[in-house]
Formats: sequence, C-alpha cells, structure tokens
Amino acid sequence: MTDMPNTGNSALYVRREMLAQQPPPPSTVGVVGWLRENLFRGPVNSTITVLILLMILWLAPGIASWAFIDATWNAKSLSECRQLGEGACWAVIVERFGQFIYGFYPAEERWRPNLAFLLMLLAFAFALFDEVPGVSKEVWARIRPGGLVFSAVFPFIAYWLIWGGSIWGPIGLVATPVVGYFAAVGVDKLNSQYGPFLPDTLPVPSIVGLVAALVWLLGGMQLVAGALTAISPEFFPLWLPAVESKSLGGFLLATIIGVAGIVLSLPIGILLALGRRSGLFFIQTVCIVFIECMRGVPLITLLFVASTTLSFLFPPDSNLDELLRVVIMVTIFASAYMAEVIRGGLASLPPGQYEAADAMGLNYWQATRLIIMPQALKVSIPNIVNTFIGLFKDTTLVAVIGLLDVIGLITATRADSAWNGINWELYIFAALFFFIACFAMSRYSMYLERKLATDRR
Amino acid sequence: MNEVAQDMTADRAKMAVSDEEVIQIRSMNKWYGDFHVLRDINLTVNRGERIVVCGPSGSGKSTLIRCINRLEEHQAGDIIVDGTELNSDLKNIDKIRAEVGMVFQHFNLFPHLTILENCTLAPIWVRKTPKKDAEETAMHFLTKVKIPEQANKYPGQLSGGQQQRVAIARALCMRPRIMLFDEPTSALDPEMIKEVLDTMISLAEEGMTMICVTHEMGFARQVANRVIFMDQGQIVEQNEPEPFFNDPQSDRTKLFLSQILGH
Repeated sequence: MTDMPNTGNSALYVRREMLAQQPPPPSTVGVVGWLRENLFRGPVNSTITVLILLMILWLAPGIASWAFIDATWNAKSLSECRQLGEGACWAVIVERFGQFIYGFYPAEERWRPNLAFLLMLLAFAFALFDEVPGVSKEVWARIRPGGLVFSAVFPFIAYWLIWGGSIWGPIGLVATPVVGYFAAVGVDKLNSQYGPFLPDTLPVPSIVGLVAALVWLLGGMQLVAGALTAISPEFFPLWLPAVESKSLGGFLLATIIGVAGIVLSLPIGILLALGRRSGLFFIQTVCIVFIECMRGVPLITLLFVASTTLSFLFPPDSNLDELLRVVIMVTIFASAYMAEVIRGGLASLPPGQYEAADAMGLNYWQATRLIIMPQALKVSIPNIVNTFIGLFKDTTLVAVIGLLDVIGLITATRADSAWNGINWELYIFAALFFFIACFAMSRYSMYLERKLATDRR
Repeated sequence: MNEVAQDMTADRAKMAVSDEEVIQIRSMNKWYGDFHVLRDINLTVNRGERIVVCGPSGSGKSTLIRCINRLEEHQAGDIIVDGTELNSDLKNIDKIRAEVGMVFQHFNLFPHLTILENCTLAPIWVRKTPKKDAEETAMHFLTKVKIPEQANKYPGQLSGGQQQRVAIARALCMRPRIMLFDEPTSALDPEMIKEVLDTMISLAEEGMTMICVTHEMGFARQVANRVIFMDQGQIVEQNEPEPFFNDPQSDRTKLFLSQILGH
C-alpha cells in the first residue's frame, strides 16, 4: 500500500506505470521447490515422508536378499533348491521357462511365435506411434503408410506363423476385400461404359462387391486355396508344419487371446455404441439387447458356453477351433463393455459439435469419423485402456475351461512331485508378465492423452 | 480493417438487394412434442438481404433459422432454399447445408483440429476440393477475418472473439450463398463483440445474404434492410430498421424495444 498516493478521502487512484513480470521466489522452483511442494509440505506431510522412507529401508534388504542374494537359479527340484539357499527358488522358472512362454509348442518351431511377436511389435509401432526414437521424423512419415498396410495384414501373417499349414488359407482371407472391391469396381465400369443399365436407387455395385466377397469367403477361397495347396504343398516359404491349438499355452496363449480381443473389441464396441445412439429403432434395440446380455453374464459363463455349447450353434460338421471360440467370446464380452465406454465418450461431446458438422453438410459417416469419434475416443482413452487391461488379465480365466495358459501351467507345476510346495516364485513370475504388459498399456494411454491434449497446449 | 468498419458505419450503398428469392418459407409450423414452437411462419428472403431477427428468449427465433438448414425439422408447411425444397430427402438436405453457412453462439469449432483444418475440412470432404486449393481458400478467408497468423493453432488457444471470427471464416470457406448467424456475439466479452460485428458488416457490404438472430440493435440499424420481431413462435412485426425502431406498431414490440433500449 506504500505506493498508494495519499489523496485524502478521495477515491481517485491512478497507476502511472505498469509493473513488469517478476521471477518467482527461488524456494518455490527447481529441486528445492519440488521437495518442499511434494515431500515436506507441513508437519503431517513431512512425518509421512520420513515414516515411509524408514519403512522402505526396513523392507528393502529382506526383499533383496530373498529375491536376489540368497536366491537359487539352478536346481532340479524344490528340495534341491532349499538345500542350496534360503531365498527364492527361481530354478523352477528357469527349468520350465519354455513351457510358461509357449505351452507345448514344439521346441524346434518356437522361432515362429518369436518372429510373430517381433512383427507384432513392429505392427503396433506403425499403428500407434507418430514418431519413434532413433528414426527421423521424415523417414517415419514416409514409411508409415506402407507400415500401416503391414499392420493391417499382420494378423494373417501371425495366424499363419503360429498355426502353420498352407499360406494360401490366410492369403485367401486377406484377398476377400480385394475380391469384393474389384467386383464392385468392375460392375461400376461396365455400367458406365456400356450405357447405364443399373437403377439409380440401389447401390448395385456395392451389393455385387459384397456378394462377391461373401461367395469368395464361403466357397471360392477354399477351392482356390485347396488347388494352390495341392500344387505347392511343400515349398518351404509357403508351407509350415501345422501346430494345433491344443499345443499353445502360457504367455503365448494369453497374448493371442488378449491382443485379438483388444484389437477386435474396439471397432465392434464403436459400432455397438453408434448403433445404440443411432435412433433407428431396430438397430438400437439389437445393440441394447446385445450389450446388456453380454455385460450381464460373467465371463466364466461365456467361456463355458464357448467350450461346451457354442458348437451347437454351428453346422454339425464345422469343427470350430476351441481357441477361436474362446477368442470370439472374450471379444464379444469386451466389446459390450467397450460400447458403453465409448457411449460415455459420445455423450460427453457438446451437441454443438454434431450441429456444426451437420451445418457444414458432412454426412453421418463423415461427421462420425472426422469430428465425433476422434473427440469421443480421446475423452474415453483412460476407460478404453482400463477395459483393455481388464480384458488382458481376464485371459487367465481360460484356465478354468482347461486351456493351459500360464495359470493352468502353474497349477500343473505345483502338482508336480519335484516342485510340490512352491508358490510365491511362480505367481510372482506370472504377475510380472501381466504387470509389464498392463503397465505398457497404461503408459501408452498417458502418451496418447498428452499428445492429443490440444485444448491446454 | 477499413475506416468505415472501424466506426461501425456500414456502407449501405454497397448492399444491393436483387429480385431473386433465395428463401421461401410458407405456412411453416413446428412442434417440440406438444409445444407449438413456430406458428404459421411466412417469410421470403431475396438475394442480398440482411435480415435481423430479434425477440425475447423462447420466442422461436433460433429455431426458425435452424429450420432453414434442417438442424431442426419442421412438421408442416414448406421451406424452399435456393430452389431446393427441404424435405426428408437426405440429398436435398446435404445440398442445402453446403450452400448455407452457419455461425453459432458458442462457435462450435472442432477442438481437435487446428484453425486451418477447421476451415478446410468441409471443402475437402463435402466439396471434394483438393487439399491445396482448400488451404489457399482458407488462408484467404482467415486473412479476411484478420487472423491468418493463428492458422496452425488450436481453437482452445484463441480468444472468444478470434474463435468466432474463425467460425465465420470456416463457414465462408464453403462459399455459401446464404449465411445464418445464431446470436453470434451473445457469448462474447464486451471488448470482443465489435471485432465480430465488424467482420459481419464487411460481409454484408460484399452482398452476402444474411439472416442474423441478434440483440445488437446498433448492428440492426446499420446493416439490416429488414428487422423481424418474434414472440411466442410468431412473426409479430417486420419493417425496415428506421421505422421499426422509431415507430413500432405492435404493443409487444414497443414493450420489447423499451426493455432492451431503455437503459
């Protein structure tokens, strides 16, 4: 108040000079500022900090000596372990490592899931990241369009690598949209070249394309693939020894179910959410019934349905692979949750966004794709990743229907006379795997939220 | 910014009205459920007209202009825009929406896109304009609303007045033949109202057909060639601005004007 001119009892005050910006006090910035702000803010906060530091100091040596210093890494049985050291018996992990990772996948073929895993990382990198450390931005931007095609084709490559057999089957699947596209374009060309003979009111080329794709998928593909397989049964790059679903297990199984479920449940969930908000009575009703039924049933029930009764819904001679049935069920279950998560995101958008898109003449799909979905997905990221993480951890439930995922293998190991009585090490190992996968998802979601935060930049 | 716009005195000589009728609304009625929100609306707009619609809140003025580009659906009567009748035919609706630009009270910019992307989106996807041309057009209109330097920022980084000017530029990028303004200055700080009104004045001077729902009576006096007063979903009075303000005929209009101009 000192610079306040004394003007008696007049209300007049005039500032003659505007103040420039001043730096903040030094004790509120930098390391000191951080410590004060976060660790030693007042007596309660300081006491908690000190107590927790003491607790860490008290616990850490015990944990370190159990997990590392006194641990045993090589032994043939639990009793041998116990003679060698007081600490953890990681020997069980070392001995059964291959099984925990691959299940009963033939040892000499394990390069295939390994390669599939590396390719998966690459496919994810293309699909998920704008820039990659070690690659210049321009180079990445140039190779990314091709990379995205690779990401789209990757599931078929992975399928072929892991299950083996003839490559013509997966190629046939990839070719389905291509067949449909060329059929549609062909009809359209004929129509425009030889005078328009198709009615205006129906999208005939699209229908023809769809039918062609279906015919290809349901029959043509098998015929062509069968013929090509007969011609080239054992050309190495075109044929890999088949591995049955029964042999898959461990983390490989969890990854297959988890990744397939995650990748499929997002688009299905988006469609369900749009359907539920569409205002078209029948589509809306179907979506609501589907979502409520799938959410209202425990996943374990769905898995039992998958393993026991689902085959009744298919023609008697179609022998649907059990793993495929499980993936379908996990996907359906997760997409019901995903639909509700995305519906929440859609509901959070101000109606003005829809109105602005409409007023500019964008049609429904353009508005959805360009305006609505990017924003709805952005606000839903934490919940979407939450659902992904839940789904990934739920893959352990397949142990209940007899698939040998890592929990099933651990149960088998504990029943083995050599390792009878070992618990901690096995479950810590399983927990570590799931933690790494889920933590990575969590970090990615934070990266994405930061990248997309356009409103506070 | 030219001197004339600075002083908010519009050059009426530049604003020619042609004989061509661009909007015809005949016996139009609309209900929200049981509530009869628009009652027997008849309105014809010629090319080049600047119409200001005013009235108390809830009088249906926003609903009226939102019917013109089918953001709201009318249940009875005809609306014909630029020769195309508005009915449930999606093709007609999209065609009219591409010809009619709209500016909203709350701007409704797309927060996940940059200013430039906001302006090029509809030309690229609706008009199928090549990206480069669309960007040139966008920069042209952003320059016109005097914020070309903000092109690569996001809407959240701009002030309200700047955002509304972007919204105007975004609508202009579609080269519309008619512009609808739905209370464009109601959500702005007093300091920013003028910059938006200036932009609208210069648009009027270029001969744009405009329908503005607004409470800016100064703008109405200077720019409008017709003022429409609505109450209870009906057009109560319409006239040229001078007689409308100086010699209102209906008691309801007199009361309304005395309330908004009284202090």
